[in-house]
Amino acid sequence: MLIGVVKEIQSNENRVAITPNIVEKLIKLGYSVQIESNAGVKSNFTNQMYEDSGAKIVSSSDLWESSNIILKINSPEITPNNEIELLKDKQTLISFFGPAQNPKKLQSLARDNLNILSMDSVPRISRAQKMDALSSMANIAGSRAVIEASYTFGRFFGGQITAAGKIPPAKILIIGAGVAGLSAIGTATSLGAIVRAFDTRPEVKEQVESLNAEFLTVDIKEDGAATDGYAKEMSKEFIKAELALFKNQCKEVDIIITTALIPGKQAPKLITEDMVEIMKPGSVIVDLASSQGGNCAYTQKDKIINHNGVNIIGFSDLPSRLPSQSSQLYATNLYHVISDLTPDKDGNININMDDEVIRGMTVIKDGKITYPPPPVSISATPTKKNIKPNTIINEKVATKSPPKFPIIGFLITMFLLTALGSVAPSSFMNHFTVFVLSCFIGYMVVWNVTASLHTPLMSVTNAVSSIIIIGALTQISSNDMLSIILASIAILIASINIFGGFAVTKRMLEMFRK
Amino acid sequence: MFIEVELVRALYIGATVLFILTLGGLSHQESSRKGNMYGMLGMAIAIIATLLGPYVTTNYLLIISLMFIGGSIGFYLAKNIQMTQMPELVAILHSLVGLAAVLVGYVNFFDETIQLQGVEKTIHNIEIYIGIFIGAITFSGSLIAFGKLSGTMSGNPLLLPARHWLNLTVVVLIFILGYFFSIYSIMDDKLILLASMTFLALIFGIHLVMAIGGADMPVVVSMLNSYSGWAASATGFMLSNDLLIVVGALVGSSGAILSYIMCKAMNRSFISVIAGGFGTETTTVTTNTVSNQSEVTSITAEDLSNLLLSSKKVMIIPGYGMAVSQAQHVVNDIVKFLKDKNINVTFAIHPVAGRMPGHMNVLLAEARVPYDIVFEMDEINDDFNNVDVSIIIGANDIVNPSAQEDPNSPIAGMPVLECWKGKTSVVLKRSMSTGYAGVQNPLFFKDNTNMLFGDAKKTMDEVLDNLQSI
Repeated sequence: MLIGVVKEIQSNENRVAITPNIVEKLIKLGYSVQIESNAGVKSNFTNQMYEDSGAKIVSSSDLWESSNIILKINSPEITPNNEIELLKDKQTLISFFGPAQNPKKLQSLARDNLNILSMDSVPRISRAQKMDALSSMANIAGSRAVIEASYTFGRFFGGQITAAGKIPPAKILIIGAGVAGLSAIGTATSLGAIVRAFDTRPEVKEQVESLNAEFLTVDIKEDGAATDGYAKEMSKEFIKAELALFKNQCKEVDIIITTALIPGKQAPKLITEDMVEIMKPGSVIVDLASSQGGNCAYTQKDKIINHNGVNIIGFSDLPSRLPSQSSQLYATNLYHVISDLTPDKDGNININMDDEVIRGMTVIKDGKITYPPPPVSISATPTKKNIKPNTIINEKVATKSPPKFPIIGFLITMFLLTALGSVAPSSFMNHFTVFVLSCFIGYMVVWNVTASLHTPLMSVTNAVSSIIIIGALTQISSNDMLSIILASIAILIASINIFGGFAVTKRMLEMFRK
Repeated sequence: MFIEVELVRALYIGATVLFILTLGGLSHQESSRKGNMYGMLGMAIAIIATLLGPYVTTNYLLIISLMFIGGSIGFYLAKNIQMTQMPELVAILHSLVGLAAVLVGYVNFFDETIQLQGVEKTIHNIEIYIGIFIGAITFSGSLIAFGKLSGTMSGNPLLLPARHWLNLTVVVLIFILGYFFSIYSIMDDKLILLASMTFLALIFGIHLVMAIGGADMPVVVSMLNSYSGWAASATGFMLSNDLLIVVGALVGSSGAILSYIMCKAMNRSFISVIAGGFGTETTTVTTNTVSNQSEVTSITAEDLSNLLLSSKKVMIIPGYGMAVSQAQHVVNDIVKFLKDKNINVTFAIHPVAGRMPGHMNVLLAEARVPYDIVFEMDEINDDFNNVDVSIIIGANDIVNPSAQEDPNSPIAGMPVLECWKGKTSVVLKRSMSTGYAGVQNPLFFKDNTNMLFGDAKKTMDEVLDNLQSI
């Protein structure tokens, strides 16, 4: 069969569906490949390169006329070139399609035994990861979002101390730790920024932390993971808590990158007008959800809006801004799809509706709408851990920190002290004051002693507690013989303790070396 | 008498500050030696000020010769003690503080120059009584702890029938005696009361420590450390001497904090440690679990050498068993060898490894292991995922996964070093016997655990020989 790769018609689209190295692989599967002239120019793949790989360069009209399989990136459009009408008899189209967002387009193509496979309908199961072009593009978009932010942001990302003064590191908040979010985290941390990330799904915490970012949580226990591998919509209380969290963060951070998308729905509004107001002038918001209405209230698709000094970037073509890379990844994803469609490697596609990946992608088969497919559950559901909000807080309290006093204990202590104060003479109370204060000083000082020096601590406190020798010294000038003898023994043993304790401590401490 | 009492008190303040700086200095290894110097200086100032002050008028020669004799004995002990014997030394030194407190208390009791009336007299009586009581418990308890630690007495807890009632009865008796002591005024009657109390307190101290099992010894040692401080503090009240009160309180709170840290490290409450008997009631559990376990895998020293050479990150978990077989020096040689080969080696120390707080750090320092590769459990427990080989030398309970996995285990909830999360663990042990807690260790039966039976020192010698010959 003949595969045709069309040139994308949108003016801001730089990508191409198939790259020269994939042409070779498609030919090995038994296909012939033709490429519309100059289809790859914007992503630096020349006609010559395609020809060298074995493809034929043809004009647009020839391509639509003769190809059995049409490969492209964006879904077919009416303007400037009516691609929808160009599709004809038994042709198979593989591209992004968006069947949920474009029901009318879907209707108009349910004719002439057409087959349409939508690249954005690949089910999120492990086996289909190699075909998941949305993830590939999200990866690029996340990384590029950081670069766009950096381009607009007037400062370095990494902190530095220079002769000309101190440069603080940029603080970045990334909302949504999916593929795009994680990619953004990785790029931002490697540029030296301080990165915080938020996601409704607690199980991504480890992934976020493995990229050296801080994972923010709200104190409400709700798991945002849906069974299809995407995030689902959260309850009202949860959204309220997360908005409060974002508002707090807005005061601090320099850059916000939002990646919150719920499949087939309007993107949630996470950065409201008042949050933008409190951000510092010069801050940047990059909204990766701009094609679905945006996560930020001020987002406009494909524009940079400046609101009170805050730049809100709403580019929807971020993958297209890295055209060579994204074409490469998209072409590889497409190749895996076609490879699965060609089990016999004989150059003929077989749309096997029993294969759940192919079933999921196929939105029109033989001219009939087959969307939506029956639900697929992801194969590896992450095991839900019962993370109580409290345990997270507890972990942060290091075991070395002093324990807290309960209020009841405090009240009892106050009562006892009052009782004591009402009977004891003032000389005793003076000593008692000294005693209590000393206990607190000891308490504070000893918590700072490093655990590796606990043994020297014991031996030195032992020597120090032999200060009791002072007592015996004051008694030895007595006239009573028994007292002198007892005091003498006390001096003798306390001396053993003083000299022995300090000497052994010294010996031990000298052994500690780097 | 050479200087006025005001000057003595001023010098005491200086000494107090120096003692606080001593404890503060111990927060880092770098400042710790200076801290010890402050302590010596503080003690010297305190003693000299007292000698020159108004209370000491005669017997100077006696004092100096006593201090010389005592000091010589002290130096001799300090120079010749093995680092493995540190807990015993600390225990016996505690007992000396306790005894000194008892003696000073009695001398103060006999002192007829003190003339007090009314409430002040009662309070003074109580101060004497408490000072002697704490001193006596510290004295006898520390002696028993010394016996247990040095091996002259069995480490097993002595469990008398109805021992809790026994303790309670003694405490109540001591309270009653104390009440009469504070209201009686005839010296001979009071002496009898005081002597009976001292006797009871000695018995109480003996029984208290006898009932505590080997695993809880670190808590006992730190507890007695605390008592010796309180004894000094009580003596300070008795003598109206603020220096003693302050220093005693510092030492007392230090020991109390150490006891708290040790209890926490074993997930035991202070009360249950004092109540004693840990490590005896679990023998039945042991036999049950063993029969359910599969075979253990055992390897040779040569295998371990090869394993070490092929790894990037090695973690060594020492227990008291390492110190018993004196393997720490050869372990350090192995560490040096591996570091030269660019293999990352670290030590992980559980708070209760060894027999007193921080004991294992001292043992490693003695073997010249640099302290910057020695880490505490909290610092390092998350790193095991990256560890290729963990070598567990003579440790057992501190690496027992049933503390986390089996809620019915006697050590459930105790924090442990999670070595099983690493790639491989090698356990050096003499036999399959259980640790202090008397609990079987499922770690030994895990797939990624290998056993290397034999004396730790001999095995490590072999490992080093193999490493050097490759």
